[in-house]
Amino acid sequence: MESHVNEVLLRWIVIVPLLGAAVNGLLNRRLSRRLSGLLACAAVGVSFALSVVVFLRLVGMEAEQRRVTDTLATWMAFGNFRVDLAFAMDQLSAVMALVVTGVGFLIHVYSLGYMAHDEGFSRFFTYMNLFIFAMMTLVLGENLPMLFVGWEGVGLCSYLLISFWFNDEANAAAGKKAFVVNRIGDFGFLLGMFLIGTTLLPHLHEGEGLYSFATLQSHAGILAPVATAICLLLFVGATGKSAQIPLYIWLPDAMAGPTPVSALIHAATMVTAGVYMVVRTNFLFVLSPTAMAVVAAVGAVTAIFASTIALTQNDIKKVLAYSTVSQLGYMMLACGVGAFAMGIFHVMTHAFFKALLFLGSGSVIHAMSNEQDMRIMGGLRSKLPVTWWTFAVGTLALAGIFPFAGFFSKDEILWKTWSSGNTVLWVIGFVAAGLTAFYMARLISLTFFGRNRASAEVQSHIHESPATMTVPLVVLAVLSLVGGWIGIPHFMGGLAHFEQWLEPVFAAAAGSGGHITEVHSGVAAIDATAHAVQTGHAGGAAVHDTTMEWVLALASLAWGLLGLVLGWFVYNRRLGVAAAARGLGGGFFHKVLENKYYVDEAYEGTFIRPGFRFSRTVLWKGVDAGLIDGLLVNGTALVVAIIASLLRLFQNGMVRFYAWSITIGMSVFVLYLVFSR
Amino acid sequence: MEVTLTHYLALAGVLFLTGMTGFIVRRNALIMLMCIELMLCAVNIVFAAFSRLHGDAGGHIFVLMNFAVAAAEAAIGLAILVEIFRRRRTVNVDDLKALME
Repeated sequence: MESHVNEVLLRWIVIVPLLGAAVNGLLNRRLSRRLSGLLACAAVGVSFALSVVVFLRLVGMEAEQRRVTDTLATWMAFGNFRVDLAFAMDQLSAVMALVVTGVGFLIHVYSLGYMAHDEGFSRFFTYMNLFIFAMMTLVLGENLPMLFVGWEGVGLCSYLLISFWFNDEANAAAGKKAFVVNRIGDFGFLLGMFLIGTTLLPHLHEGEGLYSFATLQSHAGILAPVATAICLLLFVGATGKSAQIPLYIWLPDAMAGPTPVSALIHAATMVTAGVYMVVRTNFLFVLSPTAMAVVAAVGAVTAIFASTIALTQNDIKKVLAYSTVSQLGYMMLACGVGAFAMGIFHVMTHAFFKALLFLGSGSVIHAMSNEQDMRIMGGLRSKLPVTWWTFAVGTLALAGIFPFAGFFSKDEILWKTWSSGNTVLWVIGFVAAGLTAFYMARLISLTFFGRNRASAEVQSHIHESPATMTVPLVVLAVLSLVGGWIGIPHFMGGLAHFEQWLEPVFAAAAGSGGHITEVHSGVAAIDATAHAVQTGHAGGAAVHDTTMEWVLALASLAWGLLGLVLGWFVYNRRLGVAAAARGLGGGFFHKVLENKYYVDEAYEGTFIRPGFRFSRTVLWKGVDAGLIDGLLVNGTALVVAIIASLLRLFQNGMVRFYAWSITIGMSVFVLYLVFSR
Repeated sequence: MEVTLTHYLALAGVLFLTGMTGFIVRRNALIMLMCIELMLCAVNIVFAAFSRLHGDAGGHIFVLMNFAVAAAEAAIGLAILVEIFRRRRTVNVDDLKALME
């Protein structure tokens, strides 16, 4: 292991938001709204500034040595087992840290305006700061347990913020659903971690922290035989957090929370934690072609599955939620085909434009007096000019139109999928891209075009949002435009800065792959496949003929434009077309899609109801009432009562009886002493 | 006749049995207290006898301690008895079973 540069600033990136949350949470209503909001924004702002400082230090270093660590203490240690309370920032963490704190700061500012009249103003900012703290722990954690702490922390904040308006029972239920579904995923994550621990622990040298990413990477060879199991278990965790099939069901319901929360947690940052985790452990995933194939397939299927559902949703936030699920599918697809850098690239661009879209929809909802149904909106273009223009930018970015950010990341993902030979997955991803453009055109048509369909009273209240809300929109719009330019691929004459920047993170994986061949000749075959996956994504720029890349890029651009135009045409010009298509036997599909493939109902029937029944009959009536209450609790009491009723015979209040008892007892004792020798 | 250890022990045994019997058969709490004193006295004799046999002053110390304890016990016991008598007009222990169960 190479020695790492120590960087004490790292801990403050994490601690400052925690301090913000603590002050806001403890003083709560004693702070004025103004102070409370400013404090929260400042905490995240400081965190962002510190991230930039550390990032600039990383930039100043040699490409191979770009890694700083900050060890606070030994968290737990016994025998060979040691886990440190430590933070580390390398190229990957730096990207995530900048995105999380940067977008987080903008959304905090936006929330100042959005939540201005809310009862729980400081409670909201407490949770938001706490979320940033947990997310930074997740991103900067130097080992898997630290990552897991952040992982659970963001889950908690997600729960708290989804059910932020807990007076409405539906919101509380949505929060609970998110929490429970995430727990299922977390269980897989934990099992994966345990498997790593039991496999690795006997092989550790003195002073190596088990679970530290550096250790895991250098010992990847030892983990190779169980890599498939580990990766699949970790991926179960990722499907929970990153809303992949089959555990995506919580994310659409999570829209019950305030819109800035949807933007920050359920679009830009938290839901990408699963992708981050997969990328972070890329050196394990490349060891298992099976796991990689599963990741890619799940990602691609999720992408198209969610985008079809998004076609028919009428709630503006639900459309964006399914869109998020679908985009997360793209990120997983990228990871699955070995293009980890592209997955993170899409995480970043998606954070910009999806946060923008959510904040824009928040602005719309704000203007429409909390109406979320798009069928009642329309014609908001002229009334909300800033929202409209920024929203349009976000839509173009999401639809993958050149030169907006989404184009570069999505196109690169599709190209890497194609070039790695997964034609079927490419087709799925390509179709989903068109659907994305179509449903976004539908959303825009229904919201911003046409005539407003709301009641006169609501219409009279429509107004553009205050500056605290529009300024973040504009900043995010600019980022959604230029954000992709740092990753312009080689074939377009770009320098692919982003991929280069992240390269050492994955080069190390390839390096440890070579290391395996020396240690375990048995896994050489796996190793070779891993290399094939690696070269599949690394070789793209230099070796391949660029014609194909151009063709695919132009095709996906044309396809995206076609989707946009078609959607705009159907839902704006010829409103009859949609109705006609529905009538022409499309009604069945429409109904299926509108009901989200009945997945919730299916889960209800297969897991939830039997679960309830099992709990009611076996667990409650049998185990709880019968075994615990009946046998253990009341049984213990009964035994005591029986013994006591016997002992009670001796306590009859007769002093002379006691005297006799003492005398006889003592006599027996003395006789025993005398005659026992 | 020389007084040996056996004589002391016999005296102590007789005293102890007297006290014990009295404690068991009598119902008057005052008498029972006196019987306890008798038994304590028997124990004191044993202590003193062995102390003399071994030429060790430890036994005497115990006897002195016992005196103090017995005096304290008698004082408290009598005080309680007087109070009980004032309230219940009896010191018959068979009538005093309010603490049953």
